[in-house]
Amino acid sequence: MSAVPDAQNSSSPYLAMRRRLSGRDRGLREKVMSLSAAVATISDHDHVAIGGNTFSRTPFALIWELVRQQKRHLTVSRSITSTEGDFLLAGGCVDKYMTSWFSQGIIWGLSRVMRDYVENGKVTYEEWSHMSLGMMYRAGAMGLPFMPTRVMMGSSMPAALVTHLETMRCPYTGDELLLLPALNPNVALIHVQRADVYGNAQYDGLPFMDADIAMAADRVILTTEKIVSNDEIRAAPDHTRIPFLAVDAVVECPFGAAPHECAGLYDANYKHMNEYSDRQRTGGVEGALGYMREHIFEPKDWRSFVDKIGVSGRA
Amino acid sequence: MNNMSNTRAYTTSELLSVMCGRAMSDGQIVFAGVGVPLLGATLAQNRHAPHLTILFEGGIIGPFIKPGRLPPSTNEMRTAEKANMLLNVTDVLSLLQRGYVDIGFIGGAQIDQYGNVNSSYLGDVRRPTTRLPGSGGGNDISSLVETIVVMPHQTKRFVENVDFITSPGYVSGGKSRAESGLIAGGVLKVITDLCIFGFHPETRRLSVQSLHPGVSLDDVLANMSFRPEVASSIETSEPPLPEELEFLRYLDPERMYLR
Repeated sequence: MSAVPDAQNSSSPYLAMRRRLSGRDRGLREKVMSLSAAVATISDHDHVAIGGNTFSRTPFALIWELVRQQKRHLTVSRSITSTEGDFLLAGGCVDKYMTSWFSQGIIWGLSRVMRDYVENGKVTYEEWSHMSLGMMYRAGAMGLPFMPTRVMMGSSMPAALVTHLETMRCPYTGDELLLLPALNPNVALIHVQRADVYGNAQYDGLPFMDADIAMAADRVILTTEKIVSNDEIRAAPDHTRIPFLAVDAVVECPFGAAPHECAGLYDANYKHMNEYSDRQRTGGVEGALGYMREHIFEPKDWRSFVDKIGVSGRA
Repeated sequence: MNNMSNTRAYTTSELLSVMCGRAMSDGQIVFAGVGVPLLGATLAQNRHAPHLTILFEGGIIGPFIKPGRLPPSTNEMRTAEKANMLLNVTDVLSLLQRGYVDIGFIGGAQIDQYGNVNSSYLGDVRRPTTRLPGSGGGNDISSLVETIVVMPHQTKRFVENVDFITSPGYVSGGKSRAESGLIAGGVLKVITDLCIFGFHPETRRLSVQSLHPGVSLDDVLANMSFRPEVASSIETSEPPLPEELEFLRYLDPERMYLR
């Protein structure tokens, strides 16, 4: 390693990311706030990464509030996208969507909202492989600029992206590798079963990519079914998946994943999801907007939405 | 779909599930989707392959699916029934890259002569006529492990060149798959409701290997928009057994996937 001044690359995005992190308050302090105050910290043009997958542990209340606050020009990433993607697109929030899959769920068929936005060029749509998005968050969480992988080569996917991808020949083995650029989202939205006021978060069931997304992001907003005491966290620290030092806002939000599922507490509300799916299937974007007026914009708060759709189980 | 359907004692999905199940061996690790491959894998576990392990891209190792509670996606808790381990998505997909998986199953909207699968765009990618749900883990599976493609046998699906390669098979044939950087894996076979295809060892084009009961080679060729290779000796598959069909219907009484 030579000490050439140019090689220090003081303009590196890596150093900029480090500066953003060192400016964050990472102390063990209380971060509880309301749903609307937490979402108000998201800016137009932010890259917002969403935890959970498909209709499991989706941070639905945060997305619901984000649509209500009419955020604009967002880049949104979520590796497997369900209903929430329709609302973000039809709500006019998204300039660029990054995902590996987009449909409410296999049994509900194609999303007409997604089709309208992509087929008519109303959103920049990037399709990645599922593992690729996971590796990009992981590279971001590790503070590395890229992750080498053996996927997406030989396919049409790299050429269809706006993001430029490079390959390299491995200097050790000679294998051809695809280099996935790190993702460091501005904001991560995560829903968990329990967290304390400091943001120590524990979640049950499928872990998805949430921990990597949280550690990669510049800011993390948590909703939790229940705020528990710090003593309860410290009694089982091996269950903590996201540490307080990465968390900027904690919102207590019972049924915060509804109508999607939250492992151990409540199932997805299939009846309600059928109802929404019928409306977008028959009415397309207009059908989705009609649903959104009644279920996102009209209810006075999240609790009213939950009461309106009905969720069985406990929060 | 074709003129045999009326006289069969089973549906297309039932036939595909049986054929999928038979393609799996005891002790294998298989990466499955939630529809036909899962039905096939669960059938195999119940019959000849009790030590078969299913992996799902949601992060699930070794679940046992409860009859009547088939999951509507690979990424929710129903898929985790009686699982041995739940791990994060990036790590479960890394098991493909590490080489732990014997067979991966994928489907799609189109497949071409080299086994490339499209589940992304119909028409031109810049102005598609239909945007489909996309890769999910499909590209990861087909890039990294030996893959079986399961697809209804229809002219619109079997096209000479797919509009978009979501999940690469043998790319443009010959050695092109390895030359593109995909040095492991490849499509083992393509299972349809009419036949099973393998691949020509040199050209890497689709090659008819066996016909399902009551199906002629002409039926196969008439339902494709290009002419595949044909193996020198073609076998006939054993028809679905009553016990196999009974078990599938017990798994999926509401016919969520058995259409």
